[in-house]
Amino acid sequence: MNDLYSTQRGMRNMRKAAMQRGVIAILDIGTSKIACLVLRFDGPDSFREVDGIGSMAGQSSFRVIGAATTRSRGVKFGEIDVMQETERAIRTAVQAAQKMANVRVDHVIASFSGAGPRSYGLAGEVNLVDSVVSEQDVSRVLAACDVPDIGEGREVLHAHPINFALDHRSGLGDPRGQIGNRLAADMHMLTVDSMVVQNLLYCIKRCDLELAGLASSAYVSGISSLVEDEQELGAACVDLGGGTTGISIFMKKHMIYTDCVRMGGDHVTLDISKGLQVPLATAERIKTFYGGVVATGMDDREMIEIGGDTGDWEHDRRSVSRAELIGIMRPRVEEILEEVRVRLDAAGFEHLPSQQIVFTGGASQIPGLDSLAPKILGQQIRIGRPLRVQGLPQAATGSSFAASVGLCLFAAHPQDEWWDFEIPLERYSSRSLKRAAKWFKDNW
Amino acid sequence: MQPLKPSRRDPAPSRVAYRLQRLWLTPVFRIFMRAGLPVALVVGLIGGYFSQPENREAVYGKFAELRRSIEERPEFMVKLMAIDGATPSIGDDIREIVPVDFPVSSFDLDLPGIHDRIAELDAVERVDVRIRAGGILQVQIIERTPAAVWRVGQDLELLDAVGHRVAVISSRLERADLPLLAGEGAEKHVPEALALLAAAEPVRGRVRGLVRIGSRRWDVVLDREQRILLPDQNPIPAFEQVMALVQARDLLERDIIVVDMRNQNRPTLRMGRPAIAEMRRIRAAHPGAYRE
Repeated sequence: MNDLYSTQRGMRNMRKAAMQRGVIAILDIGTSKIACLVLRFDGPDSFREVDGIGSMAGQSSFRVIGAATTRSRGVKFGEIDVMQETERAIRTAVQAAQKMANVRVDHVIASFSGAGPRSYGLAGEVNLVDSVVSEQDVSRVLAACDVPDIGEGREVLHAHPINFALDHRSGLGDPRGQIGNRLAADMHMLTVDSMVVQNLLYCIKRCDLELAGLASSAYVSGISSLVEDEQELGAACVDLGGGTTGISIFMKKHMIYTDCVRMGGDHVTLDISKGLQVPLATAERIKTFYGGVVATGMDDREMIEIGGDTGDWEHDRRSVSRAELIGIMRPRVEEILEEVRVRLDAAGFEHLPSQQIVFTGGASQIPGLDSLAPKILGQQIRIGRPLRVQGLPQAATGSSFAASVGLCLFAAHPQDEWWDFEIPLERYSSRSLKRAAKWFKDNW
Repeated sequence: MQPLKPSRRDPAPSRVAYRLQRLWLTPVFRIFMRAGLPVALVVGLIGGYFSQPENREAVYGKFAELRRSIEERPEFMVKLMAIDGATPSIGDDIREIVPVDFPVSSFDLDLPGIHDRIAELDAVERVDVRIRAGGILQVQIIERTPAAVWRVGQDLELLDAVGHRVAVISSRLERADLPLLAGEGAEKHVPEALALLAAAEPVRGRVRGLVRIGSRRWDVVLDREQRILLPDQNPIPAFEQVMALVQARDLLERDIIVVDMRNQNRPTLRMGRPAIAEMRRIRAAHPGAYRE
């Protein structure tokens, strides 16, 4: 635990160094695409005057100066499957983004969607030494949170303090300086498979880049596609990606739950490929051009040439109606949505005051999703697009770039995590006392 | 498993290409390649060329030749020297001390040097040297006008009004019109001497000259061996006092050898020997007759 704590602290320092240099890259490693954006930080609010945008979510402090997307290779379910291939894909994206930005980037903040994220709610309580809450008290209460057994080979990716309670007053954003006797804290901890993270670290290191931060893509797409009131009142962001579907639930501007369904748009493509007996590339093309999930009478008459190059005339001149295509796609999309429903129910989503569900990610662009989803997930459905940020190319403003944009916001204004607070004093003292005692024992 | 070697048509950059691009995007490296390297190359090449003495000689020779060819264009040539405002003898002197072989390029003429040399001549008060249109070296001279003759030892020198030497003459008769000065240090007090001579209007025909005594004071020497000894301070009022006596009482017409004004409060006269004898005779004949 301490090891990871120091790693995360190191990444924070790296991020600070990158901020000072003013250039940082963000890298979204997805199953179907790898996106790299180069951000320039020119000090706080330097673009505000020009474009008339206030510092809404801190996105006014940076500007995207380079953007590149490449087809992802060697990634499955949001996890690195073939490392060399992934490394090449990362190199392609980083090089193109650097070329566009005309600047060399050394620090990168990465996000990934897989690795089996698991959420834990932690609670801790301490008696205050003084009646006024100090920073040390906050650190102590965070340290007092009882950590559950997260299992072998797993690491903490995020650990957000989400609530502070002082005596019987709960819901404090910042307890420092307030008067009370007993301080309690709630923390949300997200753990992932450490092997996946290790692979990712290794891959990025092979590209001569320094990692300045790591985030779950479900979390960052929630940051970018949920609007402020949704984040405040409670909403779920469903990031329909290529290989995985990330779910993140936000409440009071904190992420309180994250989960991941290991199904996504690629599975729809695979179904089409199997059902129509076409190559994956053709299936992908058919899906993006003609895909849908709600069939109408018109769709029976709309015939799609599916082609082929086997040389068999009968085989190469096949065509299917759009209704048939929808008949293939719909069950898989329904399956994904039902799985999302199961996860949301498990998280207790129905107890939230507002039950808004926002779809984002590449697969959310399937026509008819907004009429299919309410049947499974309830009426408060919205197809979300990420926030607009400065300098983002038009091609990268679609919903499939929700995680990339969210990562930009994360880079500009990371939420306070557990490792951003001070180390509690007693740990210092006990450790140094122990060390002193050991020294005496060894030497006398 | 994937093939170990990537296929030929891999869109991804190779590791080397990736690293090279990152290196190229490094600002320091970029500045070095864009500015440092070309400058170093050019400096190195030029330095290498000039480090060979024969190359250096060749370049310098070429440059000198080019310069020469421009300087020797007919527009820049000076063909003759014109001297204005000088008497022929001084003109000859100037031609002698300015040894220029005409025609010569105006770039080669050292005009300040020529000016200084001519100005060193005693007879020249002021000189202007310039190159006039048409390739003429114009020398404009203003000569000193002699105001007195100064006898120093065996030599006779002409002095101008401020005491600067003008020329040497062999005989006093050459410039009989000028007053004669003598004595050491006389040349430093020519204006005073000229003022004394101007005050000597009543005895104009009789003044033979002025003698500087001990580099300190003036004696006015008249004919008939008469002398007027003047003080070293304020000689002119003293002299004017004597002149007033001359005009009123015909002082110098009498048998007086020396009028001594050195002590202004007590002017003294020295009489000639016959006059002394005559006075003694009269005193003896008429005791008390001339008591004043």
